[in-house]
Amino acid sequence: MFSFLTRTRGRGRFDLTDWLTWIYLFAAIFLMFGPVAWVALSSFKTEAALQEYPPRLLPLAPVTTTVEGHEEPLQLYRVTGGEHEGRVLAQIRRIGLMAQMVDPENPDERLQVSINDRQPVREFALATENYSRLFQRFNFMLYFWNSVFITVVATIITVLFNSMAAFALSKYRFRGRTVVFILIIATLMIPPTINLIPIYMVVSQLGLVNSPWGVIWPAVATPTGVFLLRQYMLTIPDDLLDAARMDHASEWRVYWKIVLPLSAPALAVLVILSVMWRWNEFLWPLIVLNRQEEFTLQLALNSFQGELQTAWSSLLAMTMLTLLPITIVFAFLQKYVTQGIAQTGVK
Amino acid sequence: MLAPVTSAASWLYAAAFDLFERPMLMLQKMTGAQRIAWVFLLPNLLIFSLFTFLPIILNFFYATTGSDRILLQDRPFVGMANFASLLRCADYLNPNSCERDIFWRAVYNTGWFVVLQVGFMVAFSLLTALVLNRNIPFRGFFRSVFFYPVLLSPVVVALIWKWILQRYGVLNAALEGYGLPVVNWLVEGDWAFFWIVFVSIWAHMGFYTLILLAGLQAIPADVYEAAEMDGASKWRVFSRITMPLLMPTMVVVLVLSLIRAVQAFDEIFVLTGGGPGSATLLILQFIYETGFAFRPQLFGLAAAASLLMAAVLFALTLLQLRATRKSAEG
Repeated sequence: MFSFLTRTRGRGRFDLTDWLTWIYLFAAIFLMFGPVAWVALSSFKTEAALQEYPPRLLPLAPVTTTVEGHEEPLQLYRVTGGEHEGRVLAQIRRIGLMAQMVDPENPDERLQVSINDRQPVREFALATENYSRLFQRFNFMLYFWNSVFITVVATIITVLFNSMAAFALSKYRFRGRTVVFILIIATLMIPPTINLIPIYMVVSQLGLVNSPWGVIWPAVATPTGVFLLRQYMLTIPDDLLDAARMDHASEWRVYWKIVLPLSAPALAVLVILSVMWRWNEFLWPLIVLNRQEEFTLQLALNSFQGELQTAWSSLLAMTMLTLLPITIVFAFLQKYVTQGIAQTGVK
Repeated sequence: MLAPVTSAASWLYAAAFDLFERPMLMLQKMTGAQRIAWVFLLPNLLIFSLFTFLPIILNFFYATTGSDRILLQDRPFVGMANFASLLRCADYLNPNSCERDIFWRAVYNTGWFVVLQVGFMVAFSLLTALVLNRNIPFRGFFRSVFFYPVLLSPVVVALIWKWILQRYGVLNAALEGYGLPVVNWLVEGDWAFFWIVFVSIWAHMGFYTLILLAGLQAIPADVYEAAEMDGASKWRVFSRITMPLLMPTMVVVLVLSLIRAVQAFDEIFVLTGGGPGSATLLILQFIYETGFAFRPQLFGLAAAASLLMAAVLFALTLLQLRATRKSAEG
């Protein structure tokens, strides 16, 4: 059954390097997925369960019950020693090392149990309120919408502008073509992080501070996209375009109806990259968006972790919802994402 | 389920064509069929000039002017004072003796961070790529195991690890379970530094693994077959065939990761906020805080610091160009 595991480089025996390989790979699964899985499990725990130390693996919530004569629900314990061993009792209060308990079946009788002789009764319960609270109290949909808006609009503009420029640079011969191309490629060497202050000045002069457009515009003209698309469009034969021109197609029609559909693979790579860049963008939105109602998901997460140092239950649920879209996209498009990134050498 | 989405998309695609067809045709009549290239270039060039070329020039004006005003005409010229303020130090090895001690702390932290993060990350990426290049089942799955964190946003990465590393987190619980001492990981300076290096390697190594794996797979199989025929040992094959042929890819990975590491910010800012004290403060956070987060906003000082960082990045890029040219020739 395990023969597939022992497949080796044709030598037919499972030697030391094979063992090390598999140990390494399984350690990697644990190290790479483990933290995310732990956050996923934790996000379904109640705030009380999150405070527990040492933490439990699964979201097991202490069970409570209402007992006649007590307004508050009481926590249930299983007694593990002493004279009441084996019974399930509700705790009324704790006095020093003794707990005052009551049998829910027989609420009049008070029982004394040593606190070392009792274990809380737990049941598997998903604290879905962590998630529903995000929508009721924390305006999650607003941040989600802000992020989606910026990601979608910026990606459309990026693909449009970059493909237009790539079309011009690959399919026309005009004076200054090489200069423009070199100028665009040279900006690959100048990451926006070194021009933060002047870019901010330009954005503020255009009145785009605290507007999603202040996040969208500065990064739509990506040199990576122009380069990627130009290289791809160079492989489209010019004869095809000339044939269309013979039929009196306008240049716009040539671009939109012939070149764009034929560049679909390269456009797909740029779409994936742009969605990733925009969804995960942090520093620039942090600078431009200062009003809470304009926050993207990333900014909202960051500001919550600063403010609500202790409210991990909401924070973890929000973390999960933020990583979910990217995870789903990755699960379905895994092959294309990795291929696209390996091809371009950017992320 | 996808049908309405695709039909809506194709409708939009057709509508966008119709929308621009007329104005573009008019422009084409004005410019001619060749010079319309400039019309296609225009939107991209406009954005480029406004948000890339212009800022490159303006950065020098900001670096040589003072005050907390954002408009250049309101800013008095101060010459090299911002640079002088950043670089004034009695003893360059001791940040406390510097006028901008935080800046120098950030410089030293960034230096250490770059060396450690790039060194270990490239080593682990290479090891992982070699492992994934073996003839193993589920290779695609394992490749995505390493790659998955690359897609996560820096804020999410930081929060995941913050949850694990907190004082009453799962790591300390596990250590306690084995009878080991617990540590308040993000509150003790040296440990916090260790964890920012670790977390940024965790988050980014999949990307470099992918590039190295592509490099390994580009090595033709017959080279290995020839070596096997000659009875070369595994180590010999690795050191005499794999490594030399992988060198161009290694250089790209090295320089790319160096450039990224110099500008590291996001995960670290959310994970530690630069703390405790300034133990994990890196240069880009210094620029962000000086220019934007703290009052008064010292735009000039921040711009000067960015230019110093730009000089380092520029040197690294030249290194990359030289290295890639050399490997292309050789």
